[in-house]
Amino acid sequence: MTETEILLRAELRRIAPDIEIEEIDRDEDLREEFDIDSLDFLNLVTALGKALNAPMPEADYAKMGSFNEMLSYLTQKTT
Amino acid sequence: MGQFLMPSLGADMEAGTLIEWLKEPGDAVASGDLLAVVETQKGAIEVEAFEEGTLEEYLIEIGKKVPVGTPMAMIRVEGEVEVKKVTEPEVPKQETAAPESAPTTPTPAPRPKGDRIRITPAALQLAQSKGIDPRTLGDIGTGPDGALTLADIEAATPSPASPTPVNPMDGMRAAIAAAMSRSKAEIPHYYLAHTVDLTAAQAFVDHTNANRAPDERLLLGALYLKAVAKALRKYSEFNGYFSDGSFQPASAINPGMAITIRGGGLVAPAILDAESLDLDAMMASIRDLAGRVRAGRFRATELSDATITVTSLGERGVDQLFGVIYPPQVAIIGVGTPRPQPFDVNGEVQSCLTTTLTLAADHRVSDGHRGALFLRAIDKHLQKPEKL
Repeated sequence: MTETEILLRAELRRIAPDIEIEEIDRDEDLREEFDIDSLDFLNLVTALGKALNAPMPEADYAKMGSFNEMLSYLTQKTT
Repeated sequence: MGQFLMPSLGADMEAGTLIEWLKEPGDAVASGDLLAVVETQKGAIEVEAFEEGTLEEYLIEIGKKVPVGTPMAMIRVEGEVEVKKVTEPEVPKQETAAPESAPTTPTPAPRPKGDRIRITPAALQLAQSKGIDPRTLGDIGTGPDGALTLADIEAATPSPASPTPVNPMDGMRAAIAAAMSRSKAEIPHYYLAHTVDLTAAQAFVDHTNANRAPDERLLLGALYLKAVAKALRKYSEFNGYFSDGSFQPASAINPGMAITIRGGGLVAPAILDAESLDLDAMMASIRDLAGRVRAGRFRATELSDATITVTSLGERGVDQLFGVIYPPQVAIIGVGTPRPQPFDVNGEVQSCLTTTLTLAADHRVSDGHRGALFLRAIDKHLQKPEKL
C-alpha cells in the first residue's frame, strides 16, 4: 500500500470510523459509500490538502468522485 | 459558598451521569467556564458554571447518575473564607496499634504517627464503604493541603465494577422519541413547500471558493442559515417558543442546525445570533458545531438556545423533507438536496440548480399565508447571495 493510500484511509477512518474500507465499492461515489456529507468532504479535502501540501481546488472535486479516483488524484499530486 | 448543580438540559431530562470533570479542586472558575461533562439522553454535554470563584470540592464521583438539581461540586465565591473541610477523622485519642492488613469491615481510620490524615468527609465515607484504609494510600491527595478527595479514593480503588454502562444511542433514540411524540401530539403542524433557484447562490459559492484554501471555503449551508436568519427578522412569529398556552417571540435569532450523528440520531444545537454573522463567520460556526457534535462535545445551552430549526438534506439526499417541530419551538425549515431541474427563468425553461424549501409551522402561532411569505423571503435572500 502506498503512503498516499495509507493517508487517505486514515483520514476516511477518522471521519467515518464505522465504515470498513474493505467493504466499500472503490469505484462508486465516495460520499455515498462512506455516508459523508459536504462538510465531512470539505474536512477530508482540508486534511488531505494539508498533509500533502496540495491546494485541492474545488474545480477538481469532480476528479475525486470515488475512492479510486481520489487515490489516483492524490497520487498524481504527490509525484 | 455556591453549589454546582446537575442542570436540566431539556424538559424531558430527569437525571444525568457525570462522565468527566474539566476543572480540579483549587481551580479558579469564571461564570461560563466549562466545569464538567454530563451524559444525557442527548449525548455528552459540557456544562458551564454560573458562578465565579474557586472550585472547592467534588461532591459526586465520575460515573454517578444523579437527578437534576443534585449538587455536584462546591464553588467558593470570591471573598468567602475557605471552609476547613478537612477534619480530623474521629479516632480514639490513644495511639492504637494500626492493623497491619486492610480491615475487612469499615473502621475509623486511626491516626498515623504524629501526622493526621487529610481527607474530606465524603472521601472518608467512600473509603470506608469500600473498605480502603486511607493511610495506605500515601501522598496522593489532590485536595486543599494535599487532602484526599473523592476522586483520589475513586482513583485508588482497585478497578471496581465499572459505573453503570451508558448507551448513548438508546438515550438519544428515547430523547428523539419523547420530543417528536410530544410535538405530533401537541402541535398542529401545517406544511408548505417552495422550489428555489440556486443558480446565483451556487455561482457565488463557486466564485468565492475558487481561490480559497479548503479550510476557508463556504458551503451552501452557510447561505441557507443566513437567509433564514435574515428573513426571520421580519417574520418573527416563526422565531421563539410556545409555552404555557402562548407564543413568546425570541429577541435573538438562534437557528438550530440539525446535525446527524453517525450511528443514529441527531441534535440541533444553535448558531447564536446568526443574523449578525457574515458568511465566513457562519461557516466557522457550522464547522465548529458539527465538529464538536461529532466528537460528542457541545454545550448544554447550545441545545436549549435554538429558536427555530433548519435541517438540510445535503448533497446526497432527496428532494424535500417535511420536518417535525422541536418543541417548544414553532417552526422548522427543511432544505432538500439541490439538483438541476427544468425551471422557468423569465419565460424561458432552463436547466437550473434548484432546491425545495419546506416549512412546517405551528398553526396556533401562524397561518399559511404568513408562512408562504416567510419562505418567499428566504428565497429572495438566496437570490442575492452577495448581500447575505
